[in-house]
Amino acid sequence: MNIAFYVSAVLTLAGALASVLLKNKVHCALALTVAFTGLAFLFLNLNAQFAGFAEIMVYVGAVAILVVFAILLIKGSETPLHGAFSRSWPIGATIAAGIFALLGWAVIESASHLPKNTPTHAVTVDQIGQALVYRYVLPLEVVAILLTVALIGAVIIALHEDGRTQ
Amino acid sequence: MIKNLDQIFLLFEHWIVSFLPVAWRPMGAIILSVLAIISIFPALFALTTVFERKGLGRIQNRIGPNRVGPLGIFQPIADGIKSLTKEDIVPTSADGVVHFLAPIVQVLAVFMGFAVLPMGRNMVLADMDAGLLFYFSMGASTELSVFMAGWSSRNKYSLLGAMRAVAQMISYEVTLLLSAVPVVMIAGSLSLTKIVAAQNYYTHGLPHWYIFTPWGLAGFVLYAIATTAETNRSPFDLPEGESELVAGYHTEYSGFKFALFFLGEYLAMFSISGMGATLFFGGWAAPFPFLEWIPSWIWFFSKLMLSIFVFIWLRGTLPRLRQDQLMNFAWKFILPLCLLNVLVTALWHFLGVGWERWVFCSLILALAYVLMGLGGMRGMKVGPRRYRYAE
Repeated sequence: MNIAFYVSAVLTLAGALASVLLKNKVHCALALTVAFTGLAFLFLNLNAQFAGFAEIMVYVGAVAILVVFAILLIKGSETPLHGAFSRSWPIGATIAAGIFALLGWAVIESASHLPKNTPTHAVTVDQIGQALVYRYVLPLEVVAILLTVALIGAVIIALHEDGRTQ
Repeated sequence: MIKNLDQIFLLFEHWIVSFLPVAWRPMGAIILSVLAIISIFPALFALTTVFERKGLGRIQNRIGPNRVGPLGIFQPIADGIKSLTKEDIVPTSADGVVHFLAPIVQVLAVFMGFAVLPMGRNMVLADMDAGLLFYFSMGASTELSVFMAGWSSRNKYSLLGAMRAVAQMISYEVTLLLSAVPVVMIAGSLSLTKIVAAQNYYTHGLPHWYIFTPWGLAGFVLYAIATTAETNRSPFDLPEGESELVAGYHTEYSGFKFALFFLGEYLAMFSISGMGATLFFGGWAAPFPFLEWIPSWIWFFSKLMLSIFVFIWLRGTLPRLRQDQLMNFAWKFILPLCLLNVLVTALWHFLGVGWERWVFCSLILALAYVLMGLGGMRGMKVGPRRYRYAE
């Protein structure tokens, strides 16, 4: 627990809260990227370089842009006049609180089962690569096939109805 | 003496840091290196603007800037003073905070990329294990600043420019990453210092740069195309096509904020050129062993400036692409070639040392290039151009 941890934790929480509470949808998306950045800092703070940089590259670089594109392309992207809360917010808040409680309970419970004071060593990118292509090669391939199928599906949806390519 | 000249900046830094108390020395060294980076590259930017305007002028058969100082050399100083003293206009309907943050985010993200570039022997600010990944993740975050600028201006030209820029940058980022993958496969590391070290040896007086292999040459050409698109340079400068969009996403920026965007664009060019030199041209390594007495940082910056020259040359030579041409080129030609290049690199690795791998790999790449080119051209009516002058 050092200053860097607190700064990135505050950044993450503030970004996440702002992404829910702000009125303008594009502001929400930008606040979400702040939360992603904070999360990446948390990973880097734990010496997980690969996870941290992948978080920035995938989430800040690609996902945030897609979110923003989606907001601009759908209807009703104008700022609502009265408040940002939908009528069903108590249900949403209950579900979120429930999941948070479950995860929090799991984390706190698991802490007592772990051996105390295990030295944390930095996992190099090299080790991650070795693990991915030797031990976990089957899950990796399954994920790759899934993503390829999703890509082809997206292209098919984007095709014209009468089969003309555009 | 030669060794000292090679390490002159490091020695200078040690000398300054030695005045500090011992506890502050590591921090002092880091701050000095950061200061060096954020002063040298903007200075280079100032020089490059004159260089570019002069070069373009020469290509277009005119003189270029020649009023301020001898041969117009002080033009960037005049431009700087002008942009500092100009009124900072923010449109009334603009989103103030985002409008203000966009240029800052861009320059910040671009500057971060320089942290992992090895600019000479032992001259790297942060020698990270995942240096290449860091560099590309910082490059990816500049896209967001472009969107922020375009959206917050509340101007149709800005928004259209930003949308074009983001679509283009996302498309070409895939190829940018994939064109760098073969280098990582052969060097076996994401650390840029290790990638340079892997290329920095000679047999029969010839360097082992990756550009001198079939997959390296193909990878470099793909990388160069992707970087040109990624930095929004001509012929891929649709996001700021003056004839259609005024100035693209920075239409509504004036004064020093505009200068920041301009700076960010050129800094991105410098860093991505430096990255290209590091990946394919041996970074700070000398081309021949008998030239090793020239300091390593001179080699790095000469390679960088040579690539800037090519950028300017391209800008003065090639016409702008159309949006559909741009996208088709990225997804139907460049991306398949990148994927093929990754496979060819694996083949190169497993064929082992010998002449076979040179023949096979070159043949596969050349065949793929020719066949895909022919396939893409089929159905296109390519003939002599017919000019119509106000019929």
